[in-house]
Amino acid sequence: MTSLLAAAQGAQPLLMLKWVDMLIVILYFAIVLGIGWYLKKNVKTGDDFFVAGRKMTAWIAGLSFISANLSSLETMGWSAMAYQYGMLGAHAYLIGAIPAILFLAIVMMPFYYICKTHSVPGYLKLRYGEGARSIAGVSFSIMTVMVSGASMFAMAKILNLLLGWDMHVSIWVSSITVAIYVFLGGLISAVFNEVLQYFLIWAGSLLIPILGIIHAGGWGKMMEKVQANAAVVHPTLGNADFTSLWSNLGSFDTNPMGIDWFGMVFGLGLAVSFGYWCTDFLQVQRVMVAKDLRSAQNGTIIGAVLKMCVPLIVTIPGLLGLAVLTNPDGSTMVLVPESDPRANITHRTFNDVLPLLMGQYLGPGLLGLGVTAMIAGFMSGMAGNVSAFATVWTCDVYKPLINKKASDAHYLSMGRWSSLVGVLISIGTAYLLFLFSNILEYLQVLVFFFIVPLFGTVILGMLWKRATPAAGFWGFLTAIVFSISMWAFVHTFPDGYRPQPKVTLGRGAAVSVEKTGEGKDERIVRVVVESGEVSTLNLPQFSVQGADTELPATCPVKGGVAKTRVLAPEVTVAGKTHKFGIDGVPVLLRRGVVAKAEESVSRFAPGAFNPDHTRFVALSRKAQPMAVNMYSGWWSLVVCLLVTVLVSLFTKPKPDAELKDLVMTLTEIPREKQVPFYYRPVFWAGMVALVLVLINIIFW
Amino acid sequence: MTDESHDQQIPIWFFIGLTLLVYGVVIFLYGLASWSDKDKLAMAMSHVHADVWWGAGMAVLGAFYTVRFRPGKSAPGGGPA
Repeated sequence: MTSLLAAAQGAQPLLMLKWVDMLIVILYFAIVLGIGWYLKKNVKTGDDFFVAGRKMTAWIAGLSFISANLSSLETMGWSAMAYQYGMLGAHAYLIGAIPAILFLAIVMMPFYYICKTHSVPGYLKLRYGEGARSIAGVSFSIMTVMVSGASMFAMAKILNLLLGWDMHVSIWVSSITVAIYVFLGGLISAVFNEVLQYFLIWAGSLLIPILGIIHAGGWGKMMEKVQANAAVVHPTLGNADFTSLWSNLGSFDTNPMGIDWFGMVFGLGLAVSFGYWCTDFLQVQRVMVAKDLRSAQNGTIIGAVLKMCVPLIVTIPGLLGLAVLTNPDGSTMVLVPESDPRANITHRTFNDVLPLLMGQYLGPGLLGLGVTAMIAGFMSGMAGNVSAFATVWTCDVYKPLINKKASDAHYLSMGRWSSLVGVLISIGTAYLLFLFSNILEYLQVLVFFFIVPLFGTVILGMLWKRATPAAGFWGFLTAIVFSISMWAFVHTFPDGYRPQPKVTLGRGAAVSVEKTGEGKDERIVRVVVESGEVSTLNLPQFSVQGADTELPATCPVKGGVAKTRVLAPEVTVAGKTHKFGIDGVPVLLRRGVVAKAEESVSRFAPGAFNPDHTRFVALSRKAQPMAVNMYSGWWSLVVCLLVTVLVSLFTKPKPDAELKDLVMTLTEIPREKQVPFYYRPVFWAGMVALVLVLINIIFW
Repeated sequence: MTDESHDQQIPIWFFIGLTLLVYGVVIFLYGLASWSDKDKLAMAMSHVHADVWWGAGMAVLGAFYTVRFRPGKSAPGGGPA
C-alpha cells in the first residue's frame, strides 16, 4: 500500500463520458445494425448463412480470423497479464500463436478445405465417424454459448465499474444488437462486422502506447521504470525479470509467471496454442470458408501477421501501467488481482490497467472511440461464438442426430433461429453468473479441457492413416477426462485450504491509526477500532468482552506464518471518511466493538493451487498458476496421442478409399508451380516465421 | 467482400472508410473546439492535442477508402474488395 489513507468517495465510475463520446458509441450501434440489414439480401441458402457462400478473399478471411479472437476481454485481459507478468505476456502473441497459425495454414488447411466440411466436428465425422463428432459437436455447442455468456457477464461488469452503466442494459443492448445482425446475415454479417470492428479496435487503442511511450521518455526509459516499479508493485516476486522474453525462463523463480522454458515451449507453444488456433472452430471457421485454398492459406498467414502486431496495443499498455501509473501523491500505483480481497475496495485491479491509461491519455471524443473499441471487441467475440454455435448446432448436432432429411430452406431457418437461441442461452448464462460469480473461474478453464484433446485427435487423424475410429473416440474422451481430473487434483487440499487471515472493518466504524516515519517512509503500525463492527476470517479465537483486545499481525499456518490482512472500505478517521487496506499490522479492538469471527477451511478451492499437487503436474512446487495450466495442456496432449495410438494398434482402421482427401498420404494437395513465388503461402509463412525469430532475438 | 456472384454488393472497405471518416471528422472538430478546455489540458500529454491530429488522420484515411470503394465503382484489380 503506497498511500496510507485514501478518501472514500463511494462507487464512482473510473471514466466519465461526454456527449461527443456517447455520440460515437451510438453511431457504432447504428452502423453495425445497418450492415446486418444491408447484408440480409445476400443470404438465401444454407451455404450463404453457414459458410458465407465460400467466397471470402484472403484479406477478409485473415482480418475476420483475428478479429473474432481480439475481443475486449482479450485486450483488457492480456494488458492485465503484461502488468502482472511483464514482457512474458507477449508470448501469447508470439510463440503462443504464430507457429500454430502457420501450421494451420500450411499443413492443416488443405485437409479442412479439400474435404469441404462445414466445421471441425464435421471433419471428425468424415475421418473417425459419428462418435468423435458427437462429443465434439455437443461439447462445442455448450461450451461456446457458456463462454459467450461468461464474456457477456464480465463485459457488463467492466462497463458498470468503468462507466457506471447498468449491467442489465449492457447485456441486453449488446446481445440484441449481435443477435439481430447475425440472424439477418449469418456468417457473412458476422465477418463484415468483425472486419469493421478490427479497424475500430486499432483506431481506439493505438494512441495509448504512442502517447504512453512519449510520456515515459522513450522505450528504454519505459523499460527501466518497468523493472524498477515492478519491485514495488509485485514485492513477493523478488528480483524477477519483467523485461525479457526468454533470458528469464531458466527456472521457475526467475520470472514473474513462475514458469520455465519447457512449459512455455511445449505447454503454451505446442499444446495450448495448437489446440486453440488449429482446432477451435470459432477461429478455423473464419478461414476455411475462403473462396479458394490459396486464399484460405494466405488469409491465415495474414492473420498471423496481424496477430504479431497485437502486442503493440496490449502488451505495451500493460508495461506502461507499471511505468507511468501513479497515485495523486506521485507514488507508484499498485493494482491487485481480482482474487485479492482488496480488489475494487481499496485498490484497482490488474484488469483496470487499460481503462486507467484510457482515462489518463484520452480526452473527450478519443475516449468515446476507446470505449467503442472495447464494445466492438466484445461484440465481435460474441458474434463469432454465436455464428459458430449456429453452424455446429445445425450441421453437427441437429442435421445428423435429429432431422437428417430436411430441405436447405429448413436448415437455413434452423441456423437463423439457433443463432437467436444461442444468444438467449448466453444471456441465461450471464444471469446465472449474477448468482454464482465463482462459476467464472470454472468457465475460463473449460476451453483447456476440450481444445487440446481435440487437436491431438484431429492431427493424428490428418497425419496417420492407421488411426482408427475407435481410437479417435477413446483418445479424445480419455484426454478430456484426464484434463478435468488434473484440474481437480491441483485444486484439491486434503489437509484443508485456509484463505489468508483477514480483518474487515465495517462501514462507518470509528478508527484511529498509529504511524511511524514521515512522507514516503510513513507506515501504519497499528490500527485501533474505537467503535463499530468488525468481521474476522481465520484468526485465532478471541473475545472482546470486558476489555480491549489485540488481533495479531500474523497467524501461524502450515509451514510458516501468514500476515493478517486489514481492509477498511469506508471508515471514519478523525471525523473524515477514508478507506485503506494493509497487511501485517495488529488491530486493537476497543471494548464495545462488535466482532464477528468466521473460520473457512475447504478441501476444494478452484481459486487456489495446492503446491504439493502442482509439483506432480508442473514438476515444481514453485510453479505458478499459468505454468500449471500450460503443463496441464501438455500432459493432455501426450495422453490423447498415447491413447489414440495404443487403441489404433488393437482396432480396425478405415479402408483407404474412405480416407481419401482426409489423410496426408491419401490426399492430393494442389501444387502451385504456375503462380509466382510471392503468391505462394509457403513463401509468406517462411517470411512470417523469420520475423517471429527476429522479434524473439531482439527481445530475448 | 465477395466476388462474382455478389458484384452489386458494396465492399466492406467502403463501410470501414465511411465509419473512419465520420468518426475522424467528429473527433477532429471536437478537438479544435476544445483546444483550450481546462479539463482537457489537465490530462497527461494533452499538450500534443492528439484528438486533432488523430481525428484528422482517421478522416483522411476514411475519405480515401470511401472514395476508392464507393458503390458503383468496380473493385481495384487484384485488390481485396
